[in-house]
Amino acid sequence: MSDEEEIILSELSDDELVLQMHDDLYDGLKEEIVEGVQILLDRGWIPYDVLTKSLVAGMAIVGEDFRDGILFVPEVLLAANAMKAGMGLLRPLLAETGAPKLGKMVVGTVKGDIHDIGKNLVGMMMEGAGFDVVDLGINNPVEDYLEALEKEQPDILGMSALLTTTMPYMKVVIDTMVEKGIRDDYAVIVGGAPLNEEFGKAVGADAYCRDAAVAVETAKEIMARKHNSAAAG
Amino acid sequence: MSDHTNQNSIRVIACGALAREILAVNELNQLAQLDVKCLPAIWHNHPEKIAPGVKEAIHSARDEGFEHIYVAYADCGTGGLLDVVCNEEKVERIQGPHCYSFFAGNELFEQNWDDDMTSFFLTDFLARQFDTFITKPYKLDKHPELIEMMFHRYTKLIYLAQTDDAKLQDDAKRAAEFLGLEYEYRFTGYGDLTTSLIDAARARSPS
Repeated sequence: MSDEEEIILSELSDDELVLQMHDDLYDGLKEEIVEGVQILLDRGWIPYDVLTKSLVAGMAIVGEDFRDGILFVPEVLLAANAMKAGMGLLRPLLAETGAPKLGKMVVGTVKGDIHDIGKNLVGMMMEGAGFDVVDLGINNPVEDYLEALEKEQPDILGMSALLTTTMPYMKVVIDTMVEKGIRDDYAVIVGGAPLNEEFGKAVGADAYCRDAAVAVETAKEIMARKHNSAAAG
Repeated sequence: MSDHTNQNSIRVIACGALAREILAVNELNQLAQLDVKCLPAIWHNHPEKIAPGVKEAIHSARDEGFEHIYVAYADCGTGGLLDVVCNEEKVERIQGPHCYSFFAGNELFEQNWDDDMTSFFLTDFLARQFDTFITKPYKLDKHPELIEMMFHRYTKLIYLAQTDDAKLQDDAKRAAEFLGLEYEYRFTGYGDLTTSLIDAARARSPS
């Protein structure tokens, strides 16, 4: 609003700036997010802290309000776009500084389906949470998934679909993994607007994730279980 | 309150986006026994509301004395949840994944899918209501950058026309331009909607 006092990001304290970045992310203000990320880096913040405390924490608020029906797809997309811009700045620095890695996920939209908004959001949030993400893109036949599993050796396979007609293809992929004896080598998570918990169980996935935030939490739990069972073994 | 004047009619619980088309099919085929009750068309954008909304409408219809009920929805993005309601309530619905499909003809739509996968579909209703159902709720007017973010995988807008209407064709063309997509016009008529409603009416007609 024109009568509001303009906020100079560089004049804010660290705590104020981080809170302001949460607001700016919520409002999808890409340039302000890039500026905020740069300011924190210039102040000596390590890239991992910038990522988790400003961007990931901010997106968590967006995710909660999306789940509660306060925000809708356009607002989430604008926020994601702002986060993506901030991530662009951080990604090479994170690689250099060796940020902690939680695990690896291969993700892709199934055959016959070109929708990727949700998948991209999951990919970005997973990356923000410390996962290596290999994105197979859209319209993936079972062969693409199998090839990526063999090549990338991920911990988790994520599959996405937006159409009622394409979501059954997830079962084709999982059944093929069973046939090949590799199903138990990977955790499989599925998501997409028309899916639900029962569908996830019916196709033999380990988990259905209703949104990107749930996908991240689920992936973290999967990795924690994996580490626990490895320790027990 | 139960009303036995409704016992021989069929309550058609329909998506509001099909109201004109259903009335047109009824009139063309003299399906006077169909009593149409429309639910909000905007649920097209909120498919999670469809299954519970239809369930409630089925119960209301029974309270009004309707013994015969037909659901004029396709799956419509409910991911099978509408079928769960229909099975529980023992009512039938129009076959198909969504209205684009049954207007085009479900078999044909499926056959063409490999070629049409990257297409965004409009029907008469959506061509007429493009701003209300697409532009404004998705804030494409206020944030044009969202067009690229939401439609970058689409290559073409296909207008599946139920009626031959020059104004709607202009609207659909404009929508394609707005989204930066190639435009294609396909006249479908009412497709499988006609046979579905006739079959629903016949199933309850005295033999």
